[in-house]
Amino acid sequence: ARLRAEVLNCPSMAGADGDDSLYPIAVLIDELRNEDVQLRLNSIKKLSTIALALGVERTRTELLPFLTDTIYDEDEVLLALAEQLGNFTMLVGGPEYVHCLLPPLESLATVEETVVRDKAVESLRKISHEHSPVDLEVHFEPLVKRLASGDWFTSRTSACGLFSVCYPRVSSTVKAEIRQHFRNLCSDDTPMVRRAAASKLGEFAKVLELEYVKSDIISLFTALASDEQDSVRLLAVEACVSIATLLPQEDLETLVMPTLRQAAEDKSWRVRYMVADKFSELQKAVGPEITKNDLVPAFQNLLKDCEAEVRAAAANKVKEFCENLPEDSRETIIMTHILPCVKELVSDTNQHVKSALASVIMGLSTILGKDNTIEHLLPLFLAQLKDECPEVRLNIISNLDCVNEVIGIRQLSQSLLPAIVELAEDAKWRVRLAIIEYMPLLAGQLGVEFFDEKLNSLCMAWLVDHVYAIREAATCNLTKLVEKFGAEWAQNTIVPKVLGMANDPNYLHRMTTLFCINALSEACGQEITTKHMLPVVLKMSNDQVANVRFNVAKSLQKIGPVLDSNCLQTEVKPVLEKLAADQDIDVKYFAQEAISVLALA
Amino acid sequence: METPTKLPPSSPSSPTTGFSVPSAEKVDGFPRRSMRRARQRRSHSSSQFRYQSSQVELTPLPLLKDAPVAELHDLFCKKLQQCCVLFDFLDCVADLKGKEIKRAALNELVESVATSRGVLIEPLYPEAIKMISVNIFRTLPPSENPDFDPEEDEPTLEASWPHLQLVYEFFLRFLESPDFQPSMAKRYVDQKFVLQLLELFDSEDPREREYLKTILHRVYGKLLGLRAYIRKQINNIFLRFIYETEHFNGVAELLEILGSIINGFALPLKSEHKQFLVRVLIPLHTAKSLSIFHAQLAYCVVQFMEKDATVTEYIIRGLLKYWPKTCTQKEVMFLGEIEEILDVIEPSQFIRVQEPLFKQIAACISSPHFQVAERALYFWNNEYILSLIEENCQVILPLVFGTLYRVSKEHWNQTIVSLIYNVLKTFMEMNSKLFDDLTASYKVEKQKELKRERERAELWRSLEEQQERRLQSLGEASRNQKNLQEREKNSKNEPENSAANAT
Repeated sequence: ARLRAEVLNCPSMAGADGDDSLYPIAVLIDELRNEDVQLRLNSIKKLSTIALALGVERTRTELLPFLTDTIYDEDEVLLALAEQLGNFTMLVGGPEYVHCLLPPLESLATVEETVVRDKAVESLRKISHEHSPVDLEVHFEPLVKRLASGDWFTSRTSACGLFSVCYPRVSSTVKAEIRQHFRNLCSDDTPMVRRAAASKLGEFAKVLELEYVKSDIISLFTALASDEQDSVRLLAVEACVSIATLLPQEDLETLVMPTLRQAAEDKSWRVRYMVADKFSELQKAVGPEITKNDLVPAFQNLLKDCEAEVRAAAANKVKEFCENLPEDSRETIIMTHILPCVKELVSDTNQHVKSALASVIMGLSTILGKDNTIEHLLPLFLAQLKDECPEVRLNIISNLDCVNEVIGIRQLSQSLLPAIVELAEDAKWRVRLAIIEYMPLLAGQLGVEFFDEKLNSLCMAWLVDHVYAIREAATCNLTKLVEKFGAEWAQNTIVPKVLGMANDPNYLHRMTTLFCINALSEACGQEITTKHMLPVVLKMSNDQVANVRFNVAKSLQKIGPVLDSNCLQTEVKPVLEKLAADQDIDVKYFAQEAISVLALA
Repeated sequence: METPTKLPPSSPSSPTTGFSVPSAEKVDGFPRRSMRRARQRRSHSSSQFRYQSSQVELTPLPLLKDAPVAELHDLFCKKLQQCCVLFDFLDCVADLKGKEIKRAALNELVESVATSRGVLIEPLYPEAIKMISVNIFRTLPPSENPDFDPEEDEPTLEASWPHLQLVYEFFLRFLESPDFQPSMAKRYVDQKFVLQLLELFDSEDPREREYLKTILHRVYGKLLGLRAYIRKQINNIFLRFIYETEHFNGVAELLEILGSIINGFALPLKSEHKQFLVRVLIPLHTAKSLSIFHAQLAYCVVQFMEKDATVTEYIIRGLLKYWPKTCTQKEVMFLGEIEEILDVIEPSQFIRVQEPLFKQIAACISSPHFQVAERALYFWNNEYILSLIEENCQVILPLVFGTLYRVSKEHWNQTIVSLIYNVLKTFMEMNSKLFDDLTASYKVEKQKELKRERERAELWRSLEEQQERRLQSLGEASRNQKNLQEREKNSKNEPENSAANAT
């Protein structure tokens, strides 16, 4: 019974309880009005705290009117406000009162600054779902209409984003009005509004009944797709994907395809770029038949476009396009129509085009199978592996696994090696870094013998690169190689070389030895660590460079867990104690840290 | 731990031997502009060629100057048609003969329209405009350099300039010809034409924009029916630039045209023009690339003020609203513009804005960036501004005193400190009584400020505590509710589980 009483008391606690008189709204409003923008911003960000202190009723009757009236502020403050109001439903008393939030958000949806407006629209979309159908018609839809017929373009652009959220939940008369408003905005005088409408066309089409898609949307789509401004036309291409998905197959040819064909041949490269960029989506939306008859030639043209931007966008889609071709004619289409264009792109004049192609071309091998790959694709891979631009070569190497599954990597190894060697020595350290990251993959696919013969020396050379990031990556690479090839291999091939660097005159190389030991000890195991690595580390505690000495301490801390306790006590502890008495403060610090971590004190 | 120590070049296993690293890259490996530019790139670009249908072989026509008067117009027309053929300039050796014929024809056309009277007869208008349209209207090619910075990078030049320049020259001479008849031209130079002309202002080639600027100015001057349309479309270009793309190469040129247009606005200013000032020109100050067109923009703004002093308050408040927060370079530009404005401000208008304005100036004086502080302090070297300050010393001194006093003791830069001393001295001489009062009350004011600070912190602390309590009680309430339901359920089903659920 006691529990029940508490539960019953609850609603009053959430509502206007006694202590809100402690905070007269004037004080809070003073905070929201503070001269200092930063303080105003802080207050706005804590608007929910203020609302909670006021209680739902006073939030509705005092706070919101204040906010609505004083919307003239720094955009940053307005942005925060627009965001806050999207989460305010509970603070004004739940869905029943959510429409109280509309006036301030309406004003925010008309301001000049795009980010503020977009945020206000986002919040409006969010709270639209919390409106009951009745409230939607009484409060929300009139707001959309007001925005849609606003004087300045900002309110009309905002309106474009709100049609689709209210359309599904209103009566058919209101629906007709909404469609009319949308039509008006699609032929608005200012291109900004037409762009906004065009970008929401697909979204709006999705919530419309099919008959209206056919009657209304198609004509709007056709009009926007032949707008005088290319910035509008290209947005229609995006809408094309959604619209084509909605229509039954038999209508596509007459309703969508004329416009799409025209877009693929548009005089503005931006529109053609958009078509190329959306090609896979378009292909899925229009289905296999239209793809075969229309999209294949269109795609060929895009791959041969006069603007490099368009070719690069199309090249990026080669694999996806081929993958999604209807199975019965896939191979023929690729071999007779696509591959000839791809061959030309391999020697394109623009490096971005080649590099886009290189990032997907290997994927074709799985689609075409072993024989075709060897006969037709392999020469292209090899050509790209020899490309003058490192990015192209890297993109090929990073996708080797696709080919490996089909023909095995050995077919490529003769050309692969020079390419790798050249990238390994590229003047740009980021290129070197990228190739290091593919080493474990290459090692796994090429096998230990090939690796020892050709690549091992590269991996060791990176350890003494003049860029720290490369040395670090090289160290990490060694660990991965040991994980792949095993401890015995490590002992025979890399450990001697790593340990040899401990006597290098350059202290950075000596430190690299320590970093490698840190990374390798676990993978190599106790025996190798104790027998081969530890003596070297201990000997380095006498190094004349303090940086080396404190790294000895750090290394000992790191490899300690791999060693047995006897060895720790007899060999490690004395050295650490000596270092703990070093004259260099950092050496002391790290030695003491190692002693306490390894519990040797 | 990383030191710039060089590796010994003798190290046998070093991959760095055998090739030399460009010195720029030894510092760090980040791609930098100079490196990017070193990448092989065309310096010319053109989208023009693609739309050429099968190439026509050009044959030279007789010279205009040799033509009998009766055939002159016919020949002129034929030359115009000949010049509609486009050539591929990216391939610099293609069809050299044709290119030369067209170049010669264009030269002749320019010459003829510029020097001889009576050439421009009505039937030639559509042919001339067609020739101009075919040549200049094209989708501009994508920028070679996606983050093209007009201040740092070399612009990509239009490859077909040898012909294009002559076409522009012809267009200009055509518009400037004493025979030019706006009433005939307006049928062909229509809204669609102007819209395409405006889009060309985005060209990266400064030579092209220069021609466009003069041409648009002439069109605006001669074709009265297009004026409102041109202004509206420039508005749209600016709004797209401000709020959508932040990219348009011809802002400075368009502003330059507007500068002279504003000069001719009738008084009182139409609301359309005021709207242009408040909603387009002022927001243009927010652009990242402000430095490229700031001079032209400030000129337009000052033009508006000189036209109609009542817009002063809009302008100043607008600039204060968009005052740069982090970019000191832009802050200096804003201060420069404010000084230009103050140079011509009416004293009655000054009074309306002095308070917010001098709060901002005080904030600039306390900027740790000495150029900002310095620029603001230079206002006191301007005699007109100084006279305005003197007249309103009672208002202004209290606004800036605290900052001046504090910064004079704190600023790291000696020049700033000595400039501030000069300003303080000026104020002392202006009104020594007020100055002494403010000095005396400075500490008290500081204390009050601190107290307000503490009170604010206290307010928010207790608000947050209260929120915490409420959220807790709400949480408890919902837990209790759940427990209650569980209990009721359990009492019907498995009472022994209730303990586990009551957490």
